[in-house]
Amino acid sequence: MSEAAAPVVRLQHVVKTYHAGAVDVAAIRDISLDIPAHRFSMIVGPSGSGKTTLLNLIGCIDAATSGRIEVCGEDVGRLPDNALADFRARNIGFIFQAFSLVPVLSAYENIEYPLLLVGMPAAERRRRTLAMLDAVGLAAQARQRPNELSGGQKQRVAIARALVKQPTIVLADEPTANLDSTTGAAIIAMMHRMQAEQQTTFIFSTHDQQLISHSEETFAIRDGMLLAHDVPAAATTGAFA
Amino acid sequence: MLFKIAFRNILRNRRRSLMTGSAVAVGAMAMLVFGGYITYIFAAFETGLVQRIGHLTVFRSGYFVFGAGNPAGYGIDDYQDVMRVIAADPVLRPMIRVITPTQSLLGIAGNFSGGNNAAKTFLGTGVIPSNQQRMRQWDEYGVAPPEVPGPRLSDDAPQRGLIGGGMARILGLCQELKLENCPTPPPSRDATPAAPVDQNLTALAQSELGSGDVKNATMPQLDLLSATANGAPNVVTLEVAGVAVQGVKELDDNYVAMPLQLAQQLVYGRGEHKATGIVLQLVRSEDLRAARARLQTLIAQRHLDLEVRDFAELTPFYVQVVRLFSAIFLFITLIMGVIVLFAVVNTMTMNVMERTNEIGTIRAMGVRRNGIRLQFVTEGWMLGAIAATVGVILAFIVEAVINHAGLTWLPPGNASSVPFRLATPAEHPPLLIGTWLALVLLATVAALLPANRAARLPVVDALRHV
Repeated sequence: MSEAAAPVVRLQHVVKTYHAGAVDVAAIRDISLDIPAHRFSMIVGPSGSGKTTLLNLIGCIDAATSGRIEVCGEDVGRLPDNALADFRARNIGFIFQAFSLVPVLSAYENIEYPLLLVGMPAAERRRRTLAMLDAVGLAAQARQRPNELSGGQKQRVAIARALVKQPTIVLADEPTANLDSTTGAAIIAMMHRMQAEQQTTFIFSTHDQQLISHSEETFAIRDGMLLAHDVPAAATTGAFA
Repeated sequence: MLFKIAFRNILRNRRRSLMTGSAVAVGAMAMLVFGGYITYIFAAFETGLVQRIGHLTVFRSGYFVFGAGNPAGYGIDDYQDVMRVIAADPVLRPMIRVITPTQSLLGIAGNFSGGNNAAKTFLGTGVIPSNQQRMRQWDEYGVAPPEVPGPRLSDDAPQRGLIGGGMARILGLCQELKLENCPTPPPSRDATPAAPVDQNLTALAQSELGSGDVKNATMPQLDLLSATANGAPNVVTLEVAGVAVQGVKELDDNYVAMPLQLAQQLVYGRGEHKATGIVLQLVRSEDLRAARARLQTLIAQRHLDLEVRDFAELTPFYVQVVRLFSAIFLFITLIMGVIVLFAVVNTMTMNVMERTNEIGTIRAMGVRRNGIRLQFVTEGWMLGAIAATVGVILAFIVEAVINHAGLTWLPPGNASSVPFRLATPAEHPPLLIGTWLALVLLATVAALLPANRAARLPVVDALRHV
């Protein structure tokens, strides 16, 4: 992995304040950071530290109160709602802690869904979906609905759904939190493999030590502030690549 | 994918969808069955009227307002020329099925034969029997009841007429006409004054008929007294062929039908014979407006002192019945609409609440707000369409069952029961299509409110929803 990877995400003095009635709650307090491309980056911190809020801001599903957020070179704070939706459809894949698959769609259809949003032709959709099902080892479960899959299988479908459109960034919010350690390890290994194959930037929000141990770039936050930015030696030597 | 997701989500909450769908389906069925009922009633009612009085009647100006008090004074001059003009008109000719004159008259009917001494006022109408018979065969909607065999007027029997059941009873003709459930009137408490009337009427009748007239000895006879157009008294003898029971008691007690020639003889004597009305029965009711407009044009072009009235104007009761049933139908439609609206809004709101996290997920994946809105509106539309289709099928079944149950009913103004049936949805396509479209549109509109709410949800709030 290159040490001089260009930042795919750039935050400059970003503040996010929630209004809870008459009380303002600062979730993110003046954070500036660069997240390089093609890396396995982690946003770590205890519960309530602002990890998910930061991930939401990067994922363009929440707006900063102030500051500037650039994703893939685009100042996303200036984009109107529809343009943001289109931007997410093209550039960002999401993996959620609770898998969040569409329950009425089969594994195949869940993976195919993001490709419909970018208007991909049917033949190409089919080819990519089948390839992705194969890549996550769920070819045999293609027709099964989420309620017929195990937790690990659901998360594999979620990963496949996030990666099938070959996004620039995949954002994963506590992806192993609902999995046992063995399944979590398998999921982490799979994401690592696919990140290497697709050269996608993975950004995690987690406090799972098993996952953090695979980090190539770590951003530690607490109380909405960036405490530390760490690049493990393994990452600089390309040990994870 | 939009339709696939919508359809599967409808099946996902089967019980809820079933309840909501039932409301829509029952609504559709109720509207179609009741619509079929009133469609049949309107058609049957209209058919009965058109068979009796045609679609349009040409009167002398002022007859409609004042003529009932003096029909003889409102006779149409040269009515046969007017009929020829109408029948020869190239616009009207293809529309007209029957064109025939009628003569209305008022007078006193007396039964002085066989020791009877009864007299009463009558409301008479003179028609051309063969034309009247042809008019009775009009059945544009296929709802006319089968013709009941019975006494009829005949072109070959110019003295022969029919009277109302009440008239027969009052004049003591029950036994002679062999009528059932027809009591004989009690002896008059004040019979003395009738004798001069008896003598006068008989004398008048004899003078009008002359010595050459031969009476039919097998039929009871009535002496009809009326004032001629000139104001002179006149009398004719009517052979009563039978009874034509009328649905309205006042009419039944006063009704006398006779051939036109006899009516004209009574009203105009040896003077110029006129007619109070020229009746037009059209091939199709939908031509009524065009035919009326053309008639008015003809009347205006020829400077005729005539006016045109349609059967609804001549029968205010028809208009009242139509308005009453239309109001009931509207009321039922509104109730059904409100039920469907609330059912769909409730179901879709619950769907949005249950699927808030799913909404957040697909919004995060790049679905626009309009995409969310479209998804829920599609579900509402689809639920409405499926349920309305089921309702249409149910309506077909209910109507088939009722139509084969052999039920009968007494239409307003009718004297006897007729088979009861409903117009099937296929027989009234506008109602079928209108009901289906209205319910689907209602379900779609009802889904719009929750769909908008779903579309406006902030993505992060939706994702946090448990």
